[in-house]
Amino acid sequence: MRTINVSEITSNIRQMCIEANHYLTKDMDAAMKNALDTEKAPLGKQILNQLQDNLKIAAEDMIPICQDTGMAVIFMEIGQDVHLEGGVLQDAINEGVRQGYVEGYLRKSVVKDPLIRENTKDNTPAVIHYDIVPGDKVKITVAPKGFGSENMSRVFMLKPADGIEGVKNAILTAVKDAGPNACPPMVVGVGVGGTFEKCALMAKKALTRNVDERSQIPYVKELEEEMLATINQLGIGPGGLGGTITALAVNINTYPTHIAGLPVAINICCHVNRHAVREL
Amino acid sequence: MDRHITAPISDEDAKSLQAGDYVYITGTIYTARDAAHKRMYEALENHQPLPMDVKNNIIYYMGPSPAREGHPIGSAGPTTASRMDKYAPALLDLGLKGMIGKGKRSQEVQQATVRNGAVYFAAIGGAGALLSKSITAAEVIAYDDLGTEAIRKLKVKDFPVIVVIDSKGNNLYETAIQEYSEI
Repeated sequence: MRTINVSEITSNIRQMCIEANHYLTKDMDAAMKNALDTEKAPLGKQILNQLQDNLKIAAEDMIPICQDTGMAVIFMEIGQDVHLEGGVLQDAINEGVRQGYVEGYLRKSVVKDPLIRENTKDNTPAVIHYDIVPGDKVKITVAPKGFGSENMSRVFMLKPADGIEGVKNAILTAVKDAGPNACPPMVVGVGVGGTFEKCALMAKKALTRNVDERSQIPYVKELEEEMLATINQLGIGPGGLGGTITALAVNINTYPTHIAGLPVAINICCHVNRHAVREL
Repeated sequence: MDRHITAPISDEDAKSLQAGDYVYITGTIYTARDAAHKRMYEALENHQPLPMDVKNNIIYYMGPSPAREGHPIGSAGPTTASRMDKYAPALLDLGLKGMIGKGKRSQEVQQATVRNGAVYFAAIGGAGALLSKSITAAEVIAYDDLGTEAIRKLKVKDFPVIVVIDSKGNNLYETAIQEYSEI
């Protein structure tokens, strides 16, 4: 049994909120540079160049990459041999988000009630997903999610007879509808299988997988590659103003499902596909 | 074509801009997003004055991140414009000449843009750090309680935007995608 004080989780999440909003991960950074090298449209290239400038300014001047610093989505993978002490875990996580957003000059984008809509002024609460895993470590993933792209995400409850063609159509429909609204070049997270909520969670989690890392399942890997190629033929391009780079990656996660169903969720992310990962 | 214009924008300048033009705006513009639009719309319904005269002005759909010391504003990129579609035609009919945002607009907004000789510009989504460098001053002029959603008066210098919908009803999102679509 290993003991971790929740204050350690607070201080890490505080730093991770700030880090994720100012620097892209290495794989995303490389994908954005690669996009600039391969884009064929002159205006698309110009936009990708400006996005390179934007990343540079964000890191040097500590100005968030995007003003929508997101709602904080946090994945907690907690080893079953860990004992957490010193307070309530959920409060410790939200305190980390509060400190990160208030002290890190990040935008407060969360309203307390979806219909009354009063801003909580500290970007809490976070959306927290807990997983109990083997071992004595705590893995934290902080993924601030902007809503320009979140609003373009979809869940389709397909029929088994729709098969892989149905899944392809669902992905293409979501990407086409998203178009310029989702700040392309986008990253497309897909969950196939499970239940209504499971496929949505898989799609969200797929966005935290490195964009240069393909699925371990051979047919899923092929599907990811085929869908990326097809999406980049849509012509949407950087900023939705035409071009050959509409998406940087399609990450698909799958899970067993019911004999009667084929749930598919598509979680769209903009080119600021942010996350920070730490293991305590 | 590259164009330099001043804001507020004249009727002639607005009408001369064409979908696809790369435009640098210098002058004064105003920010307003979801919550501020809702309040302005309610003010109009109740026959109350708006916090600013929209005539010949440009509204930037943007809610910034907080400014660090020595900076006029934080990250300051566009938000999705379609959420303002319900409110935009009424403002265009009052003389609003320009909107800056990102993403598609409704038929009603496109028609109101043409009807009033106005322009819908896109700024680059997700380039908030870069765009903040073209903003030289920012002042909250209304709805302070809305925080990031308050109405701000901005001084801008060579603020870069692209004309998406022009006063003739041309739409760059539709034409540009056709050009590169292979399926």
